[in-house]
Amino acid sequence: MANLLKQRNVIAVLILFAIVFPFITNNNYLIHIMTLAFIWIIAVYGLNLLAGYTGYLSLAHAGFFAIGAYSLALLTTKAQMNYWLAFVLALIITSVLGLLIGLISLRTKEHFFAIYTLCVGYIIYLVIDKWDSLTGGVRGLIGIPSPGNIGPIEFNTPVSNYYLVLFFLLFTILVVYRIVHSLSGRTYIAIRNSEDLAQTIGINTTRNKLVVFVISTFFAGLAGALYASFIRFIGPDIGYITITFDLLTYLIVGGIGTLSGPVIGTILLVWVSQQLQFLQDYRMMIFGPILTLLVIFYPRGISGGFIDFRAKRKEKKQNQSNLNQNQQMISAQETSAASNKNG
Amino acid sequence: MLKVNNISVKYGSFVAIRDINIEVNEGEIVVLLGANGAGKSTTFNTISGLSKPFEGDVVFEGKRIDKLSADRIVKEGIVQCAEGRKLFPAMSVFENLKMGAYVHRRNKAQIKETMDHVFELFPILEQKKDDPAGSLSGGQQQMVAIGRALMAKPKVMMLDEPSVGLAPLIVEQMFEVIQKINKEGTTILLAEQNANAALKIATKGYVFENGNVVVEGTSEELFTNDSVRKAYIGA
Repeated sequence: MANLLKQRNVIAVLILFAIVFPFITNNNYLIHIMTLAFIWIIAVYGLNLLAGYTGYLSLAHAGFFAIGAYSLALLTTKAQMNYWLAFVLALIITSVLGLLIGLISLRTKEHFFAIYTLCVGYIIYLVIDKWDSLTGGVRGLIGIPSPGNIGPIEFNTPVSNYYLVLFFLLFTILVVYRIVHSLSGRTYIAIRNSEDLAQTIGINTTRNKLVVFVISTFFAGLAGALYASFIRFIGPDIGYITITFDLLTYLIVGGIGTLSGPVIGTILLVWVSQQLQFLQDYRMMIFGPILTLLVIFYPRGISGGFIDFRAKRKEKKQNQSNLNQNQQMISAQETSAASNKNG
Repeated sequence: MLKVNNISVKYGSFVAIRDINIEVNEGEIVVLLGANGAGKSTTFNTISGLSKPFEGDVVFEGKRIDKLSADRIVKEGIVQCAEGRKLFPAMSVFENLKMGAYVHRRNKAQIKETMDHVFELFPILEQKKDDPAGSLSGGQQQMVAIGRALMAKPKVMMLDEPSVGLAPLIVEQMFEVIQKINKEGTTILLAEQNANAALKIATKGYVFENGNVVVEGTSEELFTNDSVRKAYIGA
């Protein structure tokens, strides 16, 4: 049983489940919801690197998501560019804008950074909403092509799109995993811990923060580009603050600063909110209190709570075995003392 | 080797240190004495680049360093071992030490060698190397902090109150290790309230009061100085 729950096995089972999922359901609606959830997860991973691991809460994330989506949409519809070329360019555009915005916004810290990026996010939304001639304003952009063929593989069915997004999701998780378990990951955690301390061991905090900011926007852009070609219609509301807070909620519920948090939180919340659709906006009356309780009692979300629980259990076990050892030692001493007496 | 010339540092409008002059020669142990808030830590932070002086300059091996960022100064060879044993509590002892070698991150062989040396100085750390640093005792955390500073292979190591909150026996061990590190060729700058222990191993000292250096001299001079004895040694 313990073996069954080993991390590696759990991951293998989950990936296998994700791969066979379309065959199990055969329900296009469910596949659609799942694909959307995967797209959100990619964006949440980007947010997690920055807010979770480095300790910089960016509230401009939906803005970068929208930049990725609009870049792809404009390049494919207005510039008539080849899909995959536009896709790569969209990612580059998002990252370059991320670099420029990061250069300025990372001069602020903590709450000021959050407030600053909140404004940046809103400005991105406003630009998209008001720049009618380029972005189509409130009407949005329609007729975005679905992903171009790669050789014989076409992406015009929900199932094929599902696999495409799943591929990028696994790519994202792999990259984030590699980053978190490398020296860079520890560097980001060190910066979250204390920037002064990080500097006194020789970490160039400015450069590292900028790098992680750009990586974070890259994943937001990747999610945005996938979203645009999956939904095939985008409006300015995808860059609105509510999307940022949705992403943040997924992250906090799943577990901020944990590797599995984005997957757990996003899938759980997307699924629950689908189930509660009949309540319309009154759903929030259920979400609000649950979120509050979660933040109070499990500040590191479901995943973090589980990690703490496991650590505690391990500690208990260790104490128990230490205790047993001590008792054995004491009883051994007692018997030897007794035998000495007898002798 | 390291010269601090007339530096003054402000926090807002509050002047934390005024007109401080310190000279450290290669191979010395120099101690800064003084009560809490006297300006020892501010002086350290200025040398390590975390605080910027509004007056004066810091020269290290003939090069001005007071305009450099803190991480550049680590590369130059001055490493601060912060007060309060600031570690990365969730990381293991091993990872903490490894982070200390950040500036040498490409030189894996050297990291291994320095780490072995740290484990030689503090054998207990080798046993605990997989434990999270936050779970260690105060003395052991201090060892990790010193070990982490050593991992950067500093030319000058600054230790901010390494004895604070430790049992007397551990303090003694700590000072022995500091002396050993110094003998191996690292110049030491030490901030202490425990004047008795510090002056025993130091070559010279500076006494801080309210952001000024009030007395300076060799450790024998300070040891026999009446006002220093009264204030810091208590006999």
